[in-house]
Amino acid sequence: MRPVYALSGGVSKFAKARPDKTFQAIVKEAYDYAVADLGLEFPAFTKAVDGSVASYFSDHFSRQLMAGIMAQDYLGLVPKPSHRVEGGGATGGLCFQEAWKSIASGHMDVCVAYGFETMSHVETWKGNEFIALASDVSWDYPVGGFYSGYYAMMVTRHMKEYGTTVEQMAAVSVKNHLNAYHNPYAQKRNRYTIDDVRNSPMVAWPLTRLDICVMSDGAAAVIFASEEGIERLEAAGAEITRPLVRVTGIGRGTDAMRMGDRPHVDYETFISDYATDQERDSDDTRSYYRDLWERGTRYPGVHSFRAGRTAGNMAYAHAGISDPLAELDFVELHDAYTSSEVQTYEDLGLCRYGEGGPFAASGKAFMPGIDYGLDLTEDPACAVNPSGGLIACGHPVGATGLMQGVFAIWQLQNTISKHFGDETLQVADARRGAIHSHAGTGTYVSVSILEKEGN
Amino acid sequence: MSDARRDETLGGFVVHGVPFPIETDTDALAFLKRMTPIQIEQEYSITYLHSYGQDSPWFAGASNKRLLASQDAESGYSYATPRGHDMYSGRETEWIDVTDRTATVHAFTVCYFGSEEFLPDTPFVLALIEYEGVNTLFLTRLIGLDHTQASLEWIGREVQPRFLRNSKLKPTDVYFVPT
Repeated sequence: MRPVYALSGGVSKFAKARPDKTFQAIVKEAYDYAVADLGLEFPAFTKAVDGSVASYFSDHFSRQLMAGIMAQDYLGLVPKPSHRVEGGGATGGLCFQEAWKSIASGHMDVCVAYGFETMSHVETWKGNEFIALASDVSWDYPVGGFYSGYYAMMVTRHMKEYGTTVEQMAAVSVKNHLNAYHNPYAQKRNRYTIDDVRNSPMVAWPLTRLDICVMSDGAAAVIFASEEGIERLEAAGAEITRPLVRVTGIGRGTDAMRMGDRPHVDYETFISDYATDQERDSDDTRSYYRDLWERGTRYPGVHSFRAGRTAGNMAYAHAGISDPLAELDFVELHDAYTSSEVQTYEDLGLCRYGEGGPFAASGKAFMPGIDYGLDLTEDPACAVNPSGGLIACGHPVGATGLMQGVFAIWQLQNTISKHFGDETLQVADARRGAIHSHAGTGTYVSVSILEKEGN
Repeated sequence: MSDARRDETLGGFVVHGVPFPIETDTDALAFLKRMTPIQIEQEYSITYLHSYGQDSPWFAGASNKRLLASQDAESGYSYATPRGHDMYSGRETEWIDVTDRTATVHAFTVCYFGSEEFLPDTPFVLALIEYEGVNTLFLTRLIGLDHTQASLEWIGREVQPRFLRNSKLKPTDVYFVPT
């Protein structure tokens, strides 16, 4: 595989509704920004790019099949090659990786990944129905038909197993909303307290409205290139930011669509098949896990995502990471729910399984220099969702994973101030970060690692 | 010049005037860039012929007040929500009757909101049920608990199946109640 560089990106404003433009024109906002950030005019980039990958989740939301080719057409990219990627909530993350593959394999030298969703075309309850159709329509949809309900069931089990509290989850909401206050692309930019989160309307016990991301309209785009592609772009006049940002690891995992079908593996299987190297090598952690199993924990159950653990372990091995909390400067992870951010801390090895709740409220995942109004006991160690995540930025599904990629590029280019007009969210000396995209009830998960070259 | 015309029909959108410049001069055409978007409603409905395929006997069982599950005959690995083939051996599974097995609440929530189809049901209790000796869980509605008193203490509580008298041939033909 060849080195793959993520050169630039663009994000449209994420909003509750964008009736001012059709989806193609919203994609163009993000695409044009990414092209302009390379210092190229539209025709010059059109000539230089080899092809694209299009990312969108649901044909239902737009009542339009083959929307990808309509965006490709609108962007002036026909007759160049393209394909659509779809994988539920992970669609954008999968798109990011498919574009990576196009470059790494040598099939293309310059590839653009673009994604979008226009969810405002239906009322929220109908949108919930469309999303719930991404659960088994014979068995799960007719009974629950509501993803927030599925995730709430997962977290009640997490709370029962590990003692996780609603206040710990609410700390995630406070953090992500306040981070987003400094992100002009975010849909919700608010200062909340733990009480605000707990007192907002209950959606699915114990998850309140402020524990859950919102539906959005929006688009995002990322431009990838090989070394040869960079030479071609620069020959066309591009001014490419250096040090370069390289994608050094990708990983993916899957699990049963019906969460009730997930297995409950024993301690030995967990240690051999799923533990991180760091966990496996630690006497203390092996003892900790043996104690959990003796108390009845089974893995992954409905409280953990082995797809996320599998994707993380694969990406870490690819990028040479053995201690993610120490070796990652930030993570943009898929926080569709505060509970899933807590669960994902554990899957990504930022803490051990069962310790996600205390980790959430400790301060380790917070940005330094921001007063969250919380009594945090630990210093920031690895900023999680410095952009505000899905909870505050919104979740236009096909765009979300690419949005994470764009924000990660800007962090590693040290250009947050330039793009946000505010440097508060710039992670100091950011050298390596991860993006994480998650679908279904943990059905598809992707993790990608981005690094500043020379790291 | 042809006098061919498309037939005019009644119906369509109820429109009470669409603003547009009286003259399409240069200034007026440029002004169109500042026009608010026209938004219309579009209805879309469809009837699917959905087959339960290899899972069909479960629905026949539920309509006769028997709760089925499936099992790999050799390994004994069993599925509360049936599968036609075992995911570990790849072998075709066998049906087992779990109607009278001890069942407990593995996880639950109270849905105060939902997708459009289920809004009239809210609030409802959604639960994953664990049958004794069965390796996976079954998603169901839990009836008979006070949703305003939701508590983690509900997890582990023993429950039993109850069946609709008039089968709808849906997985909701069975629901669970506290024993």
